[in-house]
Amino acid sequence: MLKKRIIARIDVKNEFVIKGIHLEGLRKVGDPHELAVRYYEGGIDEIIFMDAVASLYGRNNLFHIIEQACRDVFVPITVGGGIRSLTDIEKALKSGADKVALNTQAVKTPQLVSDAARIFGSQCIVSSIEAKRAGNSWEAYIDNGREHTGIDAIQWARQLQELGAGELLITSVDREGTKSGFDNDLLSRVCDQIIVPVIASGGAGVHTHVVTMFDSSQSDAVALASLLHYNLTTVKVLKADLAENGVPVRL
Amino acid sequence: MTMPSIAIIDYGLGNVRSIANALETVGARSLLTRDQSVILAADGVVLPGVGAFRQGMENLRRYDLCDTLHRLKAVGKSLIGICLGMQMLLETSEEYGVHEGLGIIAGEVVRMPVTAKLPHVGWNEIAEPASGVWRDTIFYNVKEASSLYFVHTFAAVPTDAAQILTITEYGGHVFASSLQSGNFYGCQFHPEKSGEIGLKMLKNFVEML
Repeated sequence: MLKKRIIARIDVKNEFVIKGIHLEGLRKVGDPHELAVRYYEGGIDEIIFMDAVASLYGRNNLFHIIEQACRDVFVPITVGGGIRSLTDIEKALKSGADKVALNTQAVKTPQLVSDAARIFGSQCIVSSIEAKRAGNSWEAYIDNGREHTGIDAIQWARQLQELGAGELLITSVDREGTKSGFDNDLLSRVCDQIIVPVIASGGAGVHTHVVTMFDSSQSDAVALASLLHYNLTTVKVLKADLAENGVPVRL
Repeated sequence: MTMPSIAIIDYGLGNVRSIANALETVGARSLLTRDQSVILAADGVVLPGVGAFRQGMENLRRYDLCDTLHRLKAVGKSLIGICLGMQMLLETSEEYGVHEGLGIIAGEVVRMPVTAKLPHVGWNEIAEPASGVWRDTIFYNVKEASSLYFVHTFAAVPTDAAQILTITEYGGHVFASSLQSGNFYGCQFHPEKSGEIGLKMLKNFVEML
C-alpha cells in the first residue's frame, strides 16, 4: 500500500532556517543541514528546502546546502525559491536535488513548467501554489505570499497539471505558521479537481491536524515546518500516532 | 581489503550524485564514466536513470554503450539498474510509442493498468513473490513489507516470472518492483532515496562483489 508522505519543509534565509507566520515575521530556528540530518535520522520521507528570500534577490542560494544534504540524507530532496529558468533547474538537479518547486516564475511564464516537464520529466517538477482565501474561493500568491496575482488558485492548479507539473505543493497563506490546522476546504477542492499528487502545507500545530487533513482530503503528503522545527513533536512520535489513527505511513 | 570500485554509467540521465553518495556511504568507491574499458574494469556497475525510455536508449546508443552492457552480462560482471536503468534492460517499452530496449532481460515495459493516480509516487512496500526467492540475493536481510521510494508510470513485465525478485501492489495492480537475471539486478524503486533499507540493499550489492 502506498504510504502518506511526511515531508519536512525547511525555509532558509541567509544560511539559517527561519519560520514565520503567514510566511512573514521570520525568525531563526536553526541550521538547515543539522535539521535535515536530524529529520532524516528520525524517519522523514522527504525534505523540501525553500529559499525564503530568493524571489526578492532573483536567485536561489541553496545549491551548496543541497550538495551537502545529499551526502547525508538518502530520501528525496526538493529545492524551491527563486528557480527562474531551465538553467536554474539543471543546476538544482546537478547539485543533487531530485525535484524543484516552482511558483513565482511559473505564474510569470507558465511555459517554464511545460518546458521543464518535457526536458527533465514531470516527476521532478513540483508546482507550488500559495493560496489565500478570498470569500468562497482562493487566490494564488507569489513572492512567498507577498504579492497577489488575481489568479484563481483552483483553476491554476488544473492548469499546472495540464502543463505537466508532477506534484502540487499547496500552501495556505492564511494558515501558514498559525498552528491552527490546515485549510481542509482548499485541499479538498484541489484534490477533487486534479489527479497529480498533492502535498498539503500550512497550519499544522498538533498531530490531530494532520490526521484530520488526511481524513478530509485526498492529499498524498504533508509538509511540516513549525511542528518539527519548534520540537512540538518528532518524526517518529508523529508517525506512530498517525499509524494508530489509521493513516498509512512508513514506519 | 580495498574498497570495491563501482562504475556509474554516465549517459546524461540520472541522479548520479545521489547514487555516488549512497555508494560511498556503504563503503564503495564510485566512478562516473562512459569509458568502456573503465566500466569493464570496475568491480561492479550501476546503470542509473531518471527520465524517458526513448531518450535513455538514444543516449546509450550515442555513447556506444549497448555492446558494453551486453558484454558485462556475458562476462558475469555484477550490475544494478535503477528505475529507467532497469527498464532499459528489457526488450521493449511502450512509453510514448514502442521503443526497443537492450534486450538483456526478456520481456517488456508497460504502462501500469491501475485505477489510482499515475505516476506512482512515494513509499510503497515490497514483498517476496515466493518463499526463499531472496536467499543469496541483495534482499537476503531485508524485511518483508519494507517501504521503498518509487516514482514511475511504467513497469517491467519479464517473460520469465522466475526473474521477479520483489512484487509491489499499487492501485489494484501487482507489478514486478525488482528483477534478477544472473549477475544483473534491476529495481524500479530508488535504493539511493529509500533511507536505511535502500542503503542496506546497496551495501549488500557492494559486499557481494
